[in-house]
Amino acid sequence: MPMIGVLALQGAFIEHVNRLREVGADAVEVRLPADLDGLDGLIIPGGESTTIGRLMDWYELNEPVKQMAADGKPVWGTCAGMILLAREVDQDSRAQHQPLLGLMDITVRRNAFGSQLDSFEADLVMPPISDDPIPTVFIRAPVVSRIGPDVEVLATLSDGKIVAVRQGNLVATAFHPELTGDQRLHRWYMHLVRASAKQPAEAD
Amino acid sequence: MEKSTFKTKAGLAQMLKGGVIMDVVTADQAKIAEEAGACAVMALERVPADIRRDGGVARMSDPELIIQIREAVTIPVMAKARIGHFVEAQILQALGIDYVDESEVLTPADNRYHIDKHEFEIPFVCGARDLGEALRRIGEGAAMIRSKGEAGTGNIVEAVHHLREITGGIKALQAMPKDELMTAARDLGAPYDLVKEVHETGKLPVVLFCAGGIATPADASLVMHLGAEGVFVGSGIFKSEDPATRAKAIVEATTNYRNPEMLANISRGLGEPMRGLEIGQIEEAELLAGRGW
Repeated sequence: MPMIGVLALQGAFIEHVNRLREVGADAVEVRLPADLDGLDGLIIPGGESTTIGRLMDWYELNEPVKQMAADGKPVWGTCAGMILLAREVDQDSRAQHQPLLGLMDITVRRNAFGSQLDSFEADLVMPPISDDPIPTVFIRAPVVSRIGPDVEVLATLSDGKIVAVRQGNLVATAFHPELTGDQRLHRWYMHLVRASAKQPAEAD
Repeated sequence: MEKSTFKTKAGLAQMLKGGVIMDVVTADQAKIAEEAGACAVMALERVPADIRRDGGVARMSDPELIIQIREAVTIPVMAKARIGHFVEAQILQALGIDYVDESEVLTPADNRYHIDKHEFEIPFVCGARDLGEALRRIGEGAAMIRSKGEAGTGNIVEAVHHLREITGGIKALQAMPKDELMTAARDLGAPYDLVKEVHETGKLPVVLFCAGGIATPADASLVMHLGAEGVFVGSGIFKSEDPATRAKAIVEATTNYRNPEMLANISRGLGEPMRGLEIGQIEEAELLAGRGW
């Protein structure tokens, strides 16, 4: 059974752990570098990106996470996790000290929709994942304001804003699939993990 | 696309889990809190210890101050409205902050009713001493609950008491046969559908934080062990000798609450904590936790 780490420094990590277990993964909480040993993939959850970023700095998690990504292990960031995976945050984000992993060739805008009053739910069509709309929750969410040539867009809002991207073994979503009961994104992520581990994909 | 649904309101609280929400009274303090890893700040004019010392009527903070704090940080900003004072809550919503705390730390505006929080787009957090009070607040629309403790004392004993009341109440409901739930709902003074939900799921329908008396990293770890999903620290940080260092230590203790070796390290050399108050020496009329109906 693939073993997936969920970064558990702060935020909605239990929700990801639960979803992963529902779709047949072994999920473990990651707080310190040693917790990353032997993992087949890592999810960086939603939470406060400045808080998670600082704790990653303090516990020296940045280099081992970058190494996991370099080794081809699937790393998926949701909301705050998307921000942390990005190469840069744009000027409108106001964040003076936002620590970043800089793994994906994207620029993100933090709190792109405004304050909590502008948080919303939407059904998104993501053709690589499912032909039917997937319910999603956006909470003080970021958007991708620039993508590099190697980045594939997985989903946009009706106004064209980019809210889900993939670059090889790296995936970032601005929304929270872990807050709905829908398992399709986690199942799709597990396919990436199995493919990268060169294990035969199990039939659903 | 649907804005400000209950899922988005309760969802923001889910994003705050495992984190520390810090009381701040200036933009500079807000920046110190953010640097130290706070997941949100509570903007107010006086921390509870000063409200307690000064006496008089404690009201919503000046919007000017709240705006200054909002502009100083990128993490979520919360502010307090008086119990039942729905106009203060409307003003806070109009300011475009992220969460309203309908708080017993301020002087209640209504001695019988709380705010109808379903009517608002902004989410609310409310205090509770036991499960019945928590479920009444959720019934009114609260998207997050914090155990009350006794704010401004630096004394953890009431926080522990209220947290144990809430989690013990949940366990009792969970173990109860279904045919006893209506009577339990009556005894708790709580909506039946929420009582039934807790019976089935074994947890509150919203995120539960702990507040009111946390002064040290060990305090934060203690309440996380007892079932809190995150902590509010009011006076405990900026009434201590070295707020920036203590704030960071409490953030680290909340993340690593199960790791005593790390806690030993985190707790070293933090300077003096806030001076605490013995609950028994506070006059009955000055206890804050009893406010709320």
